[in-house]
Amino acid sequence: MSEKNLIKGQTGDWEVVIGLEVHAQVIAEAKLFSGADTSFGAEPNEQVSLVDAAMPGMLPVINKKALEQAVRTGLGIKAQINRFSVFDRKNYFYPDLPQGYQISQFSDPIVGKGEIVIDMEDGESRTVGITRIHLEQDAGKSVHDMDPISTYVDLNRSGVPLMEIVSEPDLRSADEAAAYLTKLRAILRYLGTCDGNMEQGSMRCDANVSVRKPGDDLGTRCEIKNVNSIRFAAQAIEYEARRQIEVIEGGGTIDQETRLFDANKGVTRSMRSKEEAHDYRYFPDPDLLPVNLSEEFVEEIRASLPELPDEKKDRFVSEFGLSAYDADVLVAEKAIAEYFEEAAKGQDAKTVANWVTSDLFGYLNKEGLEISESPVSAKQLGALVGLISDSTISGRIARDVFAEMCASGKDPGDIVEEKGLKQVSDSGELEGIVDEVIAKGTAQVEQYKSGNEKIIGWFVGQVMQATKGQANPQMVNEILRKKLTD
Amino acid sequence: MASLTDLTLTEAQTGLASGDFSSKELTEAHITAIEGARDLNAFVIETPERAIEDAERSDKRRASGEVGGIEGLPIAIKDLFCTKGVQSTAASKMLEGFVPPYESTVTAQMVEAGMVMLGKTNLDEFAMGSSNETSYFGPVVNPWKRNSDDQPLVPGGSSGGSAAAVAARLCLAATGTDTGGSIRQPASFCGIVGMKPTYGRCSRWGIVAFASSLDQAGPMTRTVRDSALLLQSMVGFDPKDTTSADVPVPDFQAALGQDIKGLKIGIPSEYRLDGTDPEILGLWDQGIKWLEEAGAETVEVSLPRTKYALPVYYIIAPAEASSNLARYDGMRYGLRVEGDTLTDVYENTRGEGFGAEVRRRILMGTYVLSAGYYDAYYIKAQKVRKLIADEFSVAFEQVDAILTPTVPSAAFAHGEKSDDLLAMYLNDVLTVPASLAGLPGISVPAGLSSDGLPLGLQLITKAFDEETLFRVADVIEQSAKFTGRPDMKA
Repeated sequence: MSEKNLIKGQTGDWEVVIGLEVHAQVIAEAKLFSGADTSFGAEPNEQVSLVDAAMPGMLPVINKKALEQAVRTGLGIKAQINRFSVFDRKNYFYPDLPQGYQISQFSDPIVGKGEIVIDMEDGESRTVGITRIHLEQDAGKSVHDMDPISTYVDLNRSGVPLMEIVSEPDLRSADEAAAYLTKLRAILRYLGTCDGNMEQGSMRCDANVSVRKPGDDLGTRCEIKNVNSIRFAAQAIEYEARRQIEVIEGGGTIDQETRLFDANKGVTRSMRSKEEAHDYRYFPDPDLLPVNLSEEFVEEIRASLPELPDEKKDRFVSEFGLSAYDADVLVAEKAIAEYFEEAAKGQDAKTVANWVTSDLFGYLNKEGLEISESPVSAKQLGALVGLISDSTISGRIARDVFAEMCASGKDPGDIVEEKGLKQVSDSGELEGIVDEVIAKGTAQVEQYKSGNEKIIGWFVGQVMQATKGQANPQMVNEILRKKLTD
Repeated sequence: MASLTDLTLTEAQTGLASGDFSSKELTEAHITAIEGARDLNAFVIETPERAIEDAERSDKRRASGEVGGIEGLPIAIKDLFCTKGVQSTAASKMLEGFVPPYESTVTAQMVEAGMVMLGKTNLDEFAMGSSNETSYFGPVVNPWKRNSDDQPLVPGGSSGGSAAAVAARLCLAATGTDTGGSIRQPASFCGIVGMKPTYGRCSRWGIVAFASSLDQAGPMTRTVRDSALLLQSMVGFDPKDTTSADVPVPDFQAALGQDIKGLKIGIPSEYRLDGTDPEILGLWDQGIKWLEEAGAETVEVSLPRTKYALPVYYIIAPAEASSNLARYDGMRYGLRVEGDTLTDVYENTRGEGFGAEVRRRILMGTYVLSAGYYDAYYIKAQKVRKLIADEFSVAFEQVDAILTPTVPSAAFAHGEKSDDLLAMYLNDVLTVPASLAGLPGISVPAGLSSDGLPLGLQLITKAFDEETLFRVADVIEQSAKFTGRPDMKA
């Protein structure tokens, strides 16, 4: 364990132990046990089937696509796929839970132990264990603020398929938790099993947090429920760890309880204690037969797995010679990796990587755009790099062209053509201009000859001014040195 | 010609086919019969207008040459089946006035096959009971009376309304559902044929759930042939019910009228329980003789875990029920009784909406699933259930069918067993084992007690072998020559 993760308390250093349970909405075309639509943004109770409303006599039927997606996710985190799994009922009463039970998987989940490698900003990698992934249905939504007395219930989410992805208590800081969530989300998006849009609720996270002195046994944990952004998760964990340290150092003990994160105040608050915890009376759902997956089914999915971030990163390093850091940045999101690869086709990949991570990201960040909304297509960026490589334009001109591409969406070649930005590489033409500049700058020539080589910059500047920046800088340098030394 | 209501389902089918009478005439005769027998309380809701419309449409179809499997036949539906546009209550206050916008798969198939629906029959609330005394809409009266007194008797349960209606000639046939004996036991009490198919034969979709792993729909009729005829329209794989079986459906009537020479019939000594009416044991011996006379070989089989079946059933069925009935919370449909807090609304609604027996079973089920008791009760019960099923499997390596009595006693009087829970639950002791194993069973009326009440014999076969079940039941029926019928005027 690295020292830097420790939190300093009054009685010494503390270690934070974190396990995360992520609820990821499965992309499965329909609900887990009914054919109802699950797309985001419908009016309340527009996406509710008879099954979702738990009408008398209605029966659940498993959505095979959801099973496939859970297996795909399991394979994506190198996990054991359980060919036999069981759906259980988790019984409790709540108005947004129409059946009076949630169908989930308890003792026999569809996916067993796996792992995720997280990449920290300092370039270090850590492997985080995954305990299990199970499928379950979401509850509806209780709306308390539409009326002073009544609560309204929206059942659109009732029955929406979720994967609960449970990590081992392997995380040791809020930053690691954030890195884990980021990586998990990337993997899910690569796999196409969850869209990872936390603001739309398709990915939520419960954090189990405890603290201990390094080397001690695990402390009592608190569970922070339903955190809906990576930033909030990190904030909540950081706050909760410090709260627990404060309690213990103040002579208190931690009560095992469920807490909620108040994003406005940045604090966690007690929701219910262990004593108030439900007895969920899990038992196998008698309406559903156990799930038996054939080896063929699993192998077919395995064969169709896409290249995942870790493999892609390795390939970017070995195939394109990128730095590990650049490769990390580029594979973090599937869309970015795809953009990069498209742009790098037939071009110098390292130059393309630089353009993507500096100029393109800079522009997108400034404008608040996603890569998918970029006005500059991958092909266009590749073409721009091509123009630099074949000396059509200089790197400096390329920046102006890029700005114009962002503004107009035009192809770089057209912009260069229209604006006459083509680099002047005609040595005869350049020599003439250089001669003129030298003739004007007798004082500077003297300085150069007396040993001030830096003054050459002045000559270059003059040539650039005369050519509106289009002179090939390398050639200008060469010609200047030759003529000044003569 | 016999009265139209005295016809068997099969005879009525023939009469309609040969144009002796129309479906409308047949239906009107039954509507009149129902109106004249309301003191039996066999129906929760009568649907005479719908029945007449069904019949008129059926007559038109027939005229155009379109004839379904149960075309134009007036049938009653247990009020546990959801029927589109017709109140479906499960005999509970909780669902009083509930009109589903959907039709159960089984009744939808029957409609498709030409059924005329006469109404929804009474039952024990949520199918929980063996006497039809737990219905919110009041108890059903068995049309049979015993010789010794004039007390109203129970029709058995939970499909008591269906059994009473079939026995009293209020319908040609009815649907029932059987979880632990709810078709077979009332059939025995009312002197009719009650058949529970293999678990998975009929779709459970749209049937109000009691215990999902046990519930199964089946026909209640006056003859074995009628049973086979009606079952044909009820069965079939349904993709909407994961537990329904995707297996071929045989022609059930084709199994009838074949001899049973060389068939091996198992006689399990463990069904000879203490406290069983000696008359019933005598009838059982008689049944063994009938089958031997017809050329079958009877063999002793051992089912030593039979004695655990009832306790196992009363763990598993309430456990599933406690969860299945959680949806009746006053939030979306059915009864809602207001309160100051959410918990009050739940408690008021469920306290008022469910009767005592339903509440008792929810409590038992909740208890056996609770932390600390789950392993000792639920898990252990599931293990024993598996052993009971295994025992049957071993027996069926040896024999083709098993013959037992259906119930350890004849019908009893209203209130007679209401205070003795165990005595009430013991009604199902002989039917529950086959339910736990998911096996098909049939109760065939085989004789009368000395007090003049019908007694049934039960046959059980291996899963999806309803053909052998009907084949042997047919022989029992022919040998027993049961012609008894309730004295309607008494």
